[in-house]
Amino acid sequence: MKKSVKIIALVFLVGLVGIQFIPTQPNQSDSVPETDFMLVYNVPKTIQKKLQVSCYDCHSNNTQYPWYNKVQPVAWLLEDHVKEGKAELNFNEWDSLSSRRKASKIKSIISQIENDEMPLASYTLIHRDAVFTDTEKQDIINFLTELKNKL
Amino acid sequence: MKRLKVTTSIMAIALVALTTTSCKDAKKEHNDEDGHHSEQMDDNSHMDGAMEEDHSKMDHGDMESSDKMMGNAQHASKSTTLIANYLDLKDALVSDDKDGAAKAGGTMVTALNSFDASSFSSEQQKELKDIIEDATEHAEHIEKSPIDHQREHFDVLSKDMIDLIAITGTEEKLYQDFCPMYNNNKGAQWLSATKEIKNPYYGAKMMSCGSVQKEIN
Repeated sequence: MKKSVKIIALVFLVGLVGIQFIPTQPNQSDSVPETDFMLVYNVPKTIQKKLQVSCYDCHSNNTQYPWYNKVQPVAWLLEDHVKEGKAELNFNEWDSLSSRRKASKIKSIISQIENDEMPLASYTLIHRDAVFTDTEKQDIINFLTELKNKL
Repeated sequence: MKRLKVTTSIMAIALVALTTTSCKDAKKEHNDEDGHHSEQMDDNSHMDGAMEEDHSKMDHGDMESSDKMMGNAQHASKSTTLIANYLDLKDALVSDDKDGAAKAGGTMVTALNSFDASSFSSEQQKELKDIIEDATEHAEHIEKSPIDHQREHFDVLSKDMIDLIAITGTEEKLYQDFCPMYNNNKGAQWLSATKEIKNPYYGAKMMSCGSVQKEIN
């Protein structure tokens, strides 16, 4: 019985070490393309900062990674989140969308923020500064609603 | 027991060593660039396709008049499958059937992908491409979401369908309905084949909420 526990522990450890060798592709880029949301619109500074902190980690080409992203399988988990997030919405590529799709993205952003579905609870658990206060929420929703009406 | 301790600590050291020296940062720039390239190529191929169609239209100028005569009926028939799928989806939401709606959403994705816009003018084609792109995204979400999300996406999908039908026309009798309460009283539209109001946004909760905004045909 004791021996089998040892073997299992060993296999687990070898596996854990093994997966560290598998390379990941970090979501990082030095340049901000001119299709970026902030460059296309005149976004107030406070809202810019909030979007950057609360959304851009998963919804742009540049993630500010935490230290534990150096360890597998955490890095995979985050990679998946970011990939999915970018597929849904990439602020860096905002202007490549048609007006129709911009309007429907904005509608989704508003409803996700309104219903506290975004930012994800698993994200704000660690990134406390990403949480929207009620006023911040209202400000950002007002800003986006106005933007949508102008489209 | 002692041996286990030794192995564990060796493993731990190896783990730390590997994570600090991992070489995974090297690849990043490359991948970003590749991503952009493939996107650009996609765009070009779309444009090529559109240009070829223009040429073929010019070559067969004498066929155009007969095309135009058939135009309306032919155009309207393009949207028939889509409308049928949309109405299935609407019915599923009316009966609070999440799985049925997901299935109908999937069918709609297929129908949208195979929508043939080639007989429309280039301006209409551009508009249709926008609509279809947007509608596809919403149909995809409907396929894999819980029912309240399905309804949110159905709201925008309905708008897309209304705009699409405005271009293609239809031979079917449709009612454009409006529920003023949905989405925090911002209201939402939908299409139905029957005059009686059956609300897809609230289902059994508020079956008869809404009114006919417009009759199509």
